[in-house]
Amino acid sequence: MEEALKSQAHAHAPAEGFLRKYVFSLDHKVIGKQYYGLALAAVFIGMVLSWLMRFHLVWPNAKIPGLEIIAKTGAPGGIITPEYYLSLLTMHGTLMVFFVLTNAPFAGFGNYFLPIQIGAEDMAFPRFNMMSFWTTFVAFVVLVTAFFIPDGPPISGWTAYAPLSAIGKDAGPGLGWGQNLWVISIAIFCIGQLLGSLNFIATTLDLRAKGMTLMRMPISTWAWFITSAIGLLAFAVLLPACLLLLLDRMAGTSFFIPSGLVVSDRLQNHAGGSPLLWQHLFWFFGHPEVYIAILPAVGIVSHVLTNSLRKPLLSAKVIIYSMMSIGFLSWMVWGHHMFVSGMNPFSSLLFSFPTLTITIPATIITLIWLGSLYGANIQITTASFFALGFISMFVSGGVSGFFLAQPSIDIYLHATYFVVGHFHMVMGVAAIFAIFSGTYFWFPKMTGRMMNETLGMLHFWITFIGTYCIFMPFHYLGLVGNVRRYASFVDDFMPALMPLHKFITIAALTTGAAQFIFFFNLVHSRFRGKQATANPWRGTSLEWSIPSPPPWNNFGGDHPVVYHDPHQYGVKGSTGDFVMQTSPEQILNE
Amino acid sequence: MGKLFGVILAIIALASAYPIVTHMYVQPVDISTHGHAIDEQLADTMAEAGLSFVLAQLLLAFCVWKFSNRKEGAKVFHLRGGARLVVVAAFILVGTEVLALGVLGQKAWAEVYFTAPKPDALQVQAQAGQFAFYFRYPGPDGKFGPLHPDKIDEGNQNYFGLDPANDVESRDDIVTAEMAIPVNREIHLLMHAKDVGHSFYVRELRIQQDFVPGLDLSLHFTATQTGHFEILCTQLCGLGHYNMKAYLNVLSQEDFDKWIKQKASEQ
Amino acid sequence: MSSTLHTPMCSPRRSDLAKGSESGIWIALFAITMSFAAFTSALFIRQASTDWTHIGAPRIMFASTAVLLLSSLLMEMSRRGFDGKPASEIKVPRKGQMLLAATLLLGLAFVGGQYMAWRDLAAQGLYLATNPNSSFFYLLTGVHALHVLGGIAALAYLLLLLAARGSVRRNLVNGVVVYWHFMAALWLYLLVVICVRL
Repeated sequence: MEEALKSQAHAHAPAEGFLRKYVFSLDHKVIGKQYYGLALAAVFIGMVLSWLMRFHLVWPNAKIPGLEIIAKTGAPGGIITPEYYLSLLTMHGTLMVFFVLTNAPFAGFGNYFLPIQIGAEDMAFPRFNMMSFWTTFVAFVVLVTAFFIPDGPPISGWTAYAPLSAIGKDAGPGLGWGQNLWVISIAIFCIGQLLGSLNFIATTLDLRAKGMTLMRMPISTWAWFITSAIGLLAFAVLLPACLLLLLDRMAGTSFFIPSGLVVSDRLQNHAGGSPLLWQHLFWFFGHPEVYIAILPAVGIVSHVLTNSLRKPLLSAKVIIYSMMSIGFLSWMVWGHHMFVSGMNPFSSLLFSFPTLTITIPATIITLIWLGSLYGANIQITTASFFALGFISMFVSGGVSGFFLAQPSIDIYLHATYFVVGHFHMVMGVAAIFAIFSGTYFWFPKMTGRMMNETLGMLHFWITFIGTYCIFMPFHYLGLVGNVRRYASFVDDFMPALMPLHKFITIAALTTGAAQFIFFFNLVHSRFRGKQATANPWRGTSLEWSIPSPPPWNNFGGDHPVVYHDPHQYGVKGSTGDFVMQTSPEQILNE
Repeated sequence: MGKLFGVILAIIALASAYPIVTHMYVQPVDISTHGHAIDEQLADTMAEAGLSFVLAQLLLAFCVWKFSNRKEGAKVFHLRGGARLVVVAAFILVGTEVLALGVLGQKAWAEVYFTAPKPDALQVQAQAGQFAFYFRYPGPDGKFGPLHPDKIDEGNQNYFGLDPANDVESRDDIVTAEMAIPVNREIHLLMHAKDVGHSFYVRELRIQQDFVPGLDLSLHFTATQTGHFEILCTQLCGLGHYNMKAYLNVLSQEDFDKWIKQKASEQ
Repeated sequence: MSSTLHTPMCSPRRSDLAKGSESGIWIALFAITMSFAAFTSALFIRQASTDWTHIGAPRIMFASTAVLLLSSLLMEMSRRGFDGKPASEIKVPRKGQMLLAATLLLGLAFVGGQYMAWRDLAAQGLYLATNPNSSFFYLLTGVHALHVLGGIAALAYLLLLLAARGSVRRNLVNGVVVYWHFMAALWLYLLVVICVRL
């Protein structure tokens, strides 16, 4: 079978120039890898920024060698100034949320595997697909440019609240051209995402192979599909918001800036605008955005777990409906970021109910995973360990959300490290674990080689223990009232908390260093890894029915026909304890 | 490896719970009239969330410990009824928890936001600006004079932009850099932002509220203990955000009267 | 020129891929609707401020509206002349192509009319930042005009393809038609908002 697959791989591969083949490729697989590569670059920068931040918090007077070259005004003599700390914070959040968490699990793996998992040859609009990647790339370049302009990157956080972000350089360093570049970058990013989401939806609706009904799609495909529907509408709101902000900054309009503001001794020439309007627009996008970050992760983990457990999950259909409910509810909860913002306190109560209700589908999904583990035959691999680790992190992060969903508790915990701990657990750890799981799982398919399992396990253990050491203490700090987004801790009650901060910093630097094991494993295995077969994990879904790596047209010019759902594990099949989706054999026993 | 995962996760779960259970990191003592409701809510949530957390992690740890890499031919167990049990359990458990917390939680929120300040509450105005808080008391006439942003002159300590020459009510206004209030007296805090968004956070009082430029916001609360407390800015407002704070002194009525007289004479 | 597959001869899936753009345009319209919903909510929140005033809609806009609606009518007349067979490639008869070309010209006329409306406002001293009403006027008409220009570009591309090859994929044509009608419907909505709210 391998031979037949390989011969298909080379038939009819079209002649293409270098640029068309490797740079402006229309092939969804190349585009998926490009997105993943971009995410790798972004996560590397984002991680370094976090090291600088953690370092500065516990050793504020330390000189960072070389930093003064990049940041002449931000870190003179290599010592990070308070404004540069805020720049690091802003860029860390922006890079991680947009360029890592929206890119890798969704645009990266989704682009690569969605067409294959539904039996299609490519996305519905390969040209738009190529454009969506390069648009995202341009957005990345524009953003990173902010590091190198004289005034530095913006200091208003990834949330860019007005009027701080709208007034311009009077409001502080980095808020001139740094902020402009930020807004322009995010606007360009929106366009890239809109093109991408359009592709995902159209492809899923129209290009499924014969026999691939919607309910026979793997959970990962469903997750990408639901995520792209959310993304289409969410980014369609962020783009107008960015345009309004840009107009306030550059054209003198007053969408977000009220009258009578005196900033740096200058009376600002604006009137009538509403800072809360920015918050409403931003969070109307921003809350669905975090589900854009987590749903593909839920999909990938469900997909990997189904395979690793050698039995179907308790109910894939219920997981799918739960993901849809989360997607639906995600539009109704944005105000929970604004409980103490000054909006009508009655609205705060209204927002808290759907927020608390999202716990239900999230719990259903978690309990399905846990329930499925019972009596399974868990195959221990790095991929499955990261998937299991994801469950742990998802529980931790979800549980802290429970506190913040209640406005009365939020009065105390808002803007403390408790919030930072919550969103890092769900986004900064759980979603990243899903990316790792997907990488270790799909690397053989994408490259034709296996990753090194020993290095993988080492990477897993250090990361699993390390991230708990970093982010669990954030919740304790929050309970005491440690405020977030502070460049230094000068409050009277803070000295007692500094030992815990030091512990966190050391854990962060160690865990960060361990990620080089992963980078090394990726690169080394790409060239020297053991050869992979077409189906190293004995999987059922369509990606395992084609060669590793797949031919340029995925199925060698054939039309795959699908006979089963992808959950046929723990059954007697001709190839073992599973039956592939494309196998016409009947399922013999339940 | 599966067993190792189970053991390590169990340790992590219990180690995470330890500082909570032993109260190593807790909020400072509550000095407000409404704070106990918040603290109770927090404690109830901690108990439920903490229990769910530990149980879920231990269940995960157990399952991985017991069911990983089993010997060849091990029977895989399929639960009858699929996810029905899970869905029902989730709806009942989480549904009731959610409703209970949501409905009960309203009380604490309502105490802060849905009651009007008493008519004899002491009015204090706080102005937040990059990067300091200033406070204003209405003086004997009980009225605040109007604010004129174009008259703000920090060099001459006219932080609020008052115009006593033309505005009668401004003449007896008392402006201070520290906030003092009498104990057991309701305070009506008026909040004004000078430039960008800021926030008013006093941990011990269990209050937090953003200053929004262009909006007249206010809070009311009563302190039940005297003492010296920090007011922190919790809304990112620029490079000096980390250092933007003021002190709140809760004084006996007598000491407060002395203090306000002293401040009035310094104007 | 097909953008989808590299060697059409080898792959009988090409026709399936071409099917893709059927839902594509509707998905895009969802996103555009959402964006204008965002602008509308911004308007509703902003109008609560004390500096909200009133500006009249320049008279030329009613003429532009008629032009745009006429262009939609011509576009629709062209569409009815398309080959009804369910093939993926369709030929557009000469008359239909003339109608499409007329649509394009009317589209350009519409944008020209919008430009004249802006000149009209400027002559009254109403620029982008003058007051919130004028801000929204320029914003809404400007963003809409930008989208219309996109439709004009797509229509021009379509006409060039027809001239070069004689037939085009059904879905490209359908997409352009649906988009064009949507732009007209969107304009009617914006016109109401401008007249009633601004």
